[in-house]
Amino acid sequence: MEYIFDWFRVLYQETGINLPFLYDEYDRNRMVEGFFTTIWLSLVCLFFSAIIGIIGAWLQGSSFKWTRRIVNGYIQIFRNTPPLVQLYFFYFAIGTLLPRVDNDWGGQSPILGSFAWAAISLSFFAGAFNVEIFRSGIEAVPKSTVEAAEALGFSKLQIYRDITLPLAFRVVLPALNNNLVNLVKTTTLAYAIAVPEMLYEANQIWSDNVNVTEMMVFLLFAYFLLVGILVGAMNRWERAMKIPGYGG
Amino acid sequence: MKIKTLVTALAVSALSITSAAADILDTIKERGTLVVGVKADYKPYGFLDTSGAIIGIEPDLAKDVADKLGVAIEYVPVVSSNRMQFLEQGKIDLMIATMTDKPDRRKVVLIPDPNYYSSGTNILALKSLELKEWEDLRGKPVCGIQGAFYNKATSQNYGAEIVAFKGTAEAYAALRGGNCAAFVYDDSAIVAKAADPDWSEYEMPLKTIDDAPWGLAVALGEQNFGDMMGEMIIDWHKTGRILELETKWGVENTPFALAMHDKYK
Repeated sequence: MEYIFDWFRVLYQETGINLPFLYDEYDRNRMVEGFFTTIWLSLVCLFFSAIIGIIGAWLQGSSFKWTRRIVNGYIQIFRNTPPLVQLYFFYFAIGTLLPRVDNDWGGQSPILGSFAWAAISLSFFAGAFNVEIFRSGIEAVPKSTVEAAEALGFSKLQIYRDITLPLAFRVVLPALNNNLVNLVKTTTLAYAIAVPEMLYEANQIWSDNVNVTEMMVFLLFAYFLLVGILVGAMNRWERAMKIPGYGG
Repeated sequence: MKIKTLVTALAVSALSITSAAADILDTIKERGTLVVGVKADYKPYGFLDTSGAIIGIEPDLAKDVADKLGVAIEYVPVVSSNRMQFLEQGKIDLMIATMTDKPDRRKVVLIPDPNYYSSGTNILALKSLELKEWEDLRGKPVCGIQGAFYNKATSQNYGAEIVAFKGTAEAYAALRGGNCAAFVYDDSAIVAKAADPDWSEYEMPLKTIDDAPWGLAVALGEQNFGDMMGEMIIDWHKTGRILELETKWGVENTPFALAMHDKYK
């Protein structure tokens, strides 16, 4: 392994192509950390935004006027404001209003750190889109199917969980795919509130080594790979869930 | 025929670009404006007044250059992570932006000698934390600025966990908000902040490290402009202009500026 790393040092000396995150141990460690932070942040946000989407779409079908209004208000706020503004708002505005806790270095710090705020903010942001995406799927389920389920004595929750959602899911997957791909790319914004993800670490490395071009190329490929894996997995899932004769 | 016209047009435009790039001093004089990259968030070296105009020690120095060339001046706010790129791309003609002079930076931009200023690294921290040594930062979150060279040193040598933000406003807000134990930055800026009544609970407790000279820069290859700037810097030191500006903007005369004045006097 060391041999390969040293080869990149030679590459720099010989050609000027500087990839310090391969040959310099310190830079390598922080790049690896950044890579896993990005993956972890993406997974957390993917999970919670999907949950928010499913629950939100269900609440939108509620018979209470105020439940529907609150869900719609949430969608309007989070869909109509830029995610970067939301991040700043949560971290600097809401974050400082929350109670503080004593930390282990003898001071007081806010209850939630930058990673937690990034996860919350991005999940809500993508979740707002997911609610609308799931709603489109639910509305695509024929009314007669729901009526048939009602006639069989299913409760409202059972119909949503066992009839509407599974059918809607198959309809919304392409649109959901799009939104989740966007979400993974939006995690780069978290560097604004100092979440040590890939863009943040790359920024540090190119500032220390003045190798902007190399880091930009690397970042592009890294995200291309990450999003490629997500898209591949989602496409497989889409094929596996296909019901013959239903949908496209 | 058409292709031939196109080729000629391209060749002519390419020629005009190279001739324009031949000497930036001519371009500046032709344009009638000197475009200078300065900091806008670094009191008192470059910051915004209440009307939003950029003022400070470095904008004043830049104005001297424009006056010498007999052209108008335009300030472009830059930050640590984009200042050299702006110069490379030709967005600015000259950069006077609190940049520490380092060998690897000299490969990317032209830094004329001698250095015009100098500063070191220190931290701004709550007095109640009673920090004494750099080692006291081990394992603690420390705010920083994205792109500052001492981030790596502070985390590598003293084990601090750097939490770096885009600009100083965010870093100060995060320090106030308790997101970090200290803010690692240039001592020259911290001295001014610690003297601010709003920040009376904070202090600059450590010994300044990495005292390093600052370099202003022009694009690589602009030797004429670089030579001219070298002469200007010597002149600034000789006439005591730097000392005068320090006093004007409320900074105590720094040892570096005094020594340089003595040297060139």
